[in-house]
Amino acid sequence: MQPTSHAFKANARQALDDGVLRRALDNMRGGFPAKRLAAVNRLPEFEALRDAGKTIKDHVLENLDFYLEAFERNVVARGGVVHWCRTAQEARDTILGICRTVDAKTVTKGKSMVAEEIALNDYLEANGVEPIETDLGEYIIQLRHEPPSHIIAPAIHLLKEHVETAFRAAHTQLDPNRPLSEPRQLTDEARAILRAKFQSADVGITGANFLIAETGSTVIVTNEGNGDLTQTLPKIHIVLASLEKIVPTLEDASTILRLLARSATGQEFSTYTTFSAGPRRPGDLDGPGEFHVVLLDNGRTAMLGTEFQDMLRCIRCSACMNHCPVYGAVGGHAYGWVYPGPMGSVLTPGLLGVAEAGHLLNASTFCGKCESVCPMKIPLPKMMRHWREREFEAKLSPSAFRSGLKLWAFFAKRPALYRAATGLATRLLGGLGRGAGRFRSLPLAGGWTSVRDLPAPEGRSFQSLWAAQRATRRPHATTLSPVSRAAQ
Amino acid sequence: MTPASPRVGLFVTCLVDMFRPSIGFAAVKLLEQAGCVVEVPEAQTCCGQPSYNSGDRGDTRAIARQVIAAFEGFDYVVAPSGSCTGMLREHYPALFEDEPETFARAQHLARRTYELISFLTDILGVTSVEARYDGTVTYHDSCSGLRELDIKEQPRRLLRSVDGLKLTELPGAEICCGFGGTFCIKYPEISDRMVTDKAADIAATGADTLLAGDLGCLLNMAGKLSREGVLAGGRPVRVRHVAEVLAGMSGDLPPIGAAATSRAS
Repeated sequence: MQPTSHAFKANARQALDDGVLRRALDNMRGGFPAKRLAAVNRLPEFEALRDAGKTIKDHVLENLDFYLEAFERNVVARGGVVHWCRTAQEARDTILGICRTVDAKTVTKGKSMVAEEIALNDYLEANGVEPIETDLGEYIIQLRHEPPSHIIAPAIHLLKEHVETAFRAAHTQLDPNRPLSEPRQLTDEARAILRAKFQSADVGITGANFLIAETGSTVIVTNEGNGDLTQTLPKIHIVLASLEKIVPTLEDASTILRLLARSATGQEFSTYTTFSAGPRRPGDLDGPGEFHVVLLDNGRTAMLGTEFQDMLRCIRCSACMNHCPVYGAVGGHAYGWVYPGPMGSVLTPGLLGVAEAGHLLNASTFCGKCESVCPMKIPLPKMMRHWREREFEAKLSPSAFRSGLKLWAFFAKRPALYRAATGLATRLLGGLGRGAGRFRSLPLAGGWTSVRDLPAPEGRSFQSLWAAQRATRRPHATTLSPVSRAAQ
Repeated sequence: MTPASPRVGLFVTCLVDMFRPSIGFAAVKLLEQAGCVVEVPEAQTCCGQPSYNSGDRGDTRAIARQVIAAFEGFDYVVAPSGSCTGMLREHYPALFEDEPETFARAQHLARRTYELISFLTDILGVTSVEARYDGTVTYHDSCSGLRELDIKEQPRRLLRSVDGLKLTELPGAEICCGFGGTFCIKYPEISDRMVTDKAADIAATGADTLLAGDLGCLLNMAGKLSREGVLAGGRPVRVRHVAEVLAGMSGDLPPIGAAATSRAS
């Protein structure tokens, strides 16, 4: 998809004016955080698990080459193939090439954010291969020709009425008078339609939540079982994964799995956790004839060894965006690319550059909620700040803002001058605001007063008042200390 | 070990200095009542967050050096703000990782720096104050204090000791109010949504007074409450820094954003 992250402000304004989106986001904000909290509270060792998960991922990132090569050896030993792709284009071409070997007409797809990242569907369609999304949320947004707005709940911005409209428009072969207002009716219909697609697909493409080095297996978690049908029924199974998904052992995957669903949906485990290891063996009752892993870099190794390396611990649980007040206000589409919310605000500049993603790294209050719920303890605000440093160094922030900041810093670095200037400004503003106690508008403060009043200063700066009374003032008597009270 | 009369350097904070010096005097009063000797170094301006959070590391380091120098020699450094305290405690040392000598001085400052209310309760062992406030108050937990410094129970504990005061919890008290320093002027529409939600939560409590420990958040919330004309019991919701109430200084001081003529309790 064409990024519109540079237009974040306009996107956000549009989102804020969208009353229906507001209802959908309110549903989300009322749901995920409470469920996560309940799940965390039921597991006393959750904090210890976070540390364990972080340790595993940090170790992997320090030894990425070792584990990736071990993974490849073990995939090959099981009869699979690993394709190393530096760029999105290489990954797209590789996947199309595999599809062409069986002259594929249709491809079923499990949910994959990496597929969104490389805009796989558009590419396959343009080359005569029809991709069919099988995750219900992804299926809905595919019908609506729009990108996901959330990394685990792609259609979270929609209400069930939207889904009904999309289904009636797409499934014209069905009775137009059928009832379709209940969630159950909608899922039954999607299920019936998709069943035929599963059976006729030539290739199945899934993502991966984990790649396990010691076994050469890949893991997906789903709640619908669509991933299992996607990867078991067709002739070929392609796993598309970014290279930081690697973990050393099955045991490590289990540790992180205990964090993943709890952080994401508040489930202890997702309904389906599916391990894939190579193509169908002689004697197996089912499974694909070929097993391919497309390993994507696409800018990630460039983050290794930098202040952004910690971001590669991310397991895509979505806890950060579920708890983010900015995401909760504007939704995922406003961010303008594949990865929204705090994790997107750190990852997107790494993948698309700061010039495109400048707003994302700035549109945060640094409230810190994201970091506090991140199962991998990724210091998201700190890394957004590091991106702001890159932006500032490259002089990419707006020039008016930069000169205002420089002017402020000029005074802030000169205390005597600062005292004189603020003393004066305080008197002036205090005098002007005395009557009402607040300003409804003020020159040069439109960013503030456009949406809220500015409380007026009291009238004198603390420093000037303190200087005036310091010589004569008498300290308050000691009345609060536990020692003095005990003596009373 | 806390000395008998600890010498405390007050970090006033730039917003308190300009907008609400009374919070600074409330801090001085509380610290002195708790047995401290309070001084206010002249060579302080701001903690540097505006430049730090805008990616201007050079100016931030220059400002941090100034603060480190100004507050050397005190037993403690105390600020009536979780946000500025967080900056001095959690962020200054990381600015000087390439300068061992300054790094050590920054760490020394960080270890001695506390937010006002948690300093009173956690370091000085204050369990109650001598103040009266007739009203129902609700409390917003500012983000930095809450998540960087673990300040949650401390202000509530002291507020419960204020005569006449009834504390009612704010739903979503831990959700950001939308201030975020320069965020609120760079993204006013998003900030507006956040502070509008906050104002609605405050109104829903029915409390006549909103308290918090950070003036930035208070200016934002007070500005929204007055713009929306939110009332409690037929009067505008009163907004104050928690230190004003704990120091018993609310009698003569109009609430934040209120006209000087309207007599406030």
